[in-house]
Amino acid sequence: MSSLNDDSDCTEAAARPPASGPQLHTLSRGLDLVSGKRLDVVEVTYETWGELDAGGTNAIYICHALTGDSHVAAGPGPGGVEKPGWWEVMVGPGKAIDTRKYFVICSNVLGGCSGTTGPGSIDPATRLPYGLTFPLVTIEDMVNVQAALLDALGVDKLLAVVGGSVGGMQALAWAKEYPDRVRTCIGVATTPRLGAQAIGFNEVGRQAILADPHFCNGDYYGKAQPEKGLAIARMVGHITYLSDESMRAKFGRRLQKREEHAFDFVTEFEVESYLSYQGQKFVERFDANTYLYMTKAMDYFDLASGFDSVAEALVGTPVRFLLLTFSSDWLFPTYQTVGLLDALRKDRAQVSFAEIPSPYGHDAFLLEPEEQRRYLEPFLDRALLEASAATPVAADGDEAQ
Amino acid sequence: MTAADLLRADLQLVISLVPEGSRVLDLGCGDGSLMAHLRDERGCDVRGIELAPSEIAAAIGRGLSVIQGDLDAGLRGCPDHSFDVVVLSQTIQVMRNPALVLREMLRVGKRGIITFPNFGHWRVRGYLAFKGRMPVSESIPFSWYDTPNIHHTTIKDFREFVAANGGEIEQEIPLVAGEWRREIREVRVLPNLFADTAVAVVTARQ
Repeated sequence: MSSLNDDSDCTEAAARPPASGPQLHTLSRGLDLVSGKRLDVVEVTYETWGELDAGGTNAIYICHALTGDSHVAAGPGPGGVEKPGWWEVMVGPGKAIDTRKYFVICSNVLGGCSGTTGPGSIDPATRLPYGLTFPLVTIEDMVNVQAALLDALGVDKLLAVVGGSVGGMQALAWAKEYPDRVRTCIGVATTPRLGAQAIGFNEVGRQAILADPHFCNGDYYGKAQPEKGLAIARMVGHITYLSDESMRAKFGRRLQKREEHAFDFVTEFEVESYLSYQGQKFVERFDANTYLYMTKAMDYFDLASGFDSVAEALVGTPVRFLLLTFSSDWLFPTYQTVGLLDALRKDRAQVSFAEIPSPYGHDAFLLEPEEQRRYLEPFLDRALLEASAATPVAADGDEAQ
Repeated sequence: MTAADLLRADLQLVISLVPEGSRVLDLGCGDGSLMAHLRDERGCDVRGIELAPSEIAAAIGRGLSVIQGDLDAGLRGCPDHSFDVVVLSQTIQVMRNPALVLREMLRVGKRGIITFPNFGHWRVRGYLAFKGRMPVSESIPFSWYDTPNIHHTTIKDFREFVAANGGEIEQEIPLVAGEWRREIREVRVLPNLFADTAVAVVTARQ
């Protein structure tokens, strides 16, 4: 007889699927970029949670957004220290993307600064950091790196590729570039192409970095960092991730630690203090050059590129789509996803769509787990059911007899 | 006997009217039960539009493609004649703009199948005539102030409505719930008086 204590230990162990912690994979053949340039050495940092099933049907790739990394769910971070994941409200045991059921893969993007080759990496030709000599990379280049990693992991076909925001752009690019390697594509708060407003805000962020006296044309590694510029870029970014309603509720016109105006240019309003804090926190973990490269890749992204329209780019697609937007998201507004939806419907593709009512603006994809789960969970359950039915599992002796 | 069972009988008739392998759009598709039947039993290529999140989620769980949309805003995004059949089941009476919905159905589909409760049924007439109050019944179980059914019609009014909006009725099947409401049967005599529900197949007038 086992004691109650033993039982609960067992349950806990069973409830905690394996997490790989950060792993490094080196692409065997380098990478030819969309721009025509080439990277001879490409390393990619990735993590996995859960286990690939016998039929290889339960793999889900999660693509991170502008400032994310491979640590999407809770688990060991660098040095094996337990660390929360940036989307752990959605990914983990018992969550919408249940790591007890699915084999979850997440990697840092090409051009990133969290372990994958990017402008801060050493250029093998010069043995110095690339800086601005790093070639411009596109969303498609990022996806090509992910596909190469998938080869290395022995996964032929993904059950789903999932992403919010820029991660959603990658998910859409997956569906376009590798339609036979993804069964389903889940795009949350994303767009087939940025509008002028979003490109405009990206440019403000870039100009803030470029104007920083410490930027030194991108060659600042090992010296003073362009922290002011990067922090301002982050402050602007943060405003675009919120909404008028959420800012009104969160800050209003409240003053920070004072009753009256200072008649000075110090931080007074709570919103100023919040943005300043977000900016400071950001420079501790992010590389200004990556911010430049990532935002440029966002701006360049157009799902229709190479075709006359999005509909033609995805014509005859076998991929089933789930597209979600948020009512107060003005950075990746619903109408842009509806444009994609119309293109897919014209093409008679399988696509479901819902707009989630939320006051949180673009950030809602990180803050509204239950509303997303409502749709994601049945969508993935059904996809797994169909994938398992379509994939004969290698017989374990049954048929040999 | 529950309303759901009655609905099933109603939907069975709709299913029988949809040719095998059709491209079908279900407006106000709910949890997708009709769509799933059409897909699994008649090999149809089905799509749905629905407003309620929980219903959309249920339909997605059946592997169906459903788009959140308000039918009162029309079927923007659906190309002309992109479906063989467009179904509107027990929904027209809750639309704010039934005429727009009908015209959109005729634009998008080669055929429309519309089912609706008949307000001309003798029980409804009797309720108002003898009780002097707004009819409440098993098929219309709401009080006047909380009913989602804001556009009641009779079979006769429906005919006029279709004609006035550029359509014609190809087939009209007046129905009444049978004994103990266990099944539905077709009404042959005085349909506007004896049918509590009607199914109409409509097309655009040439």
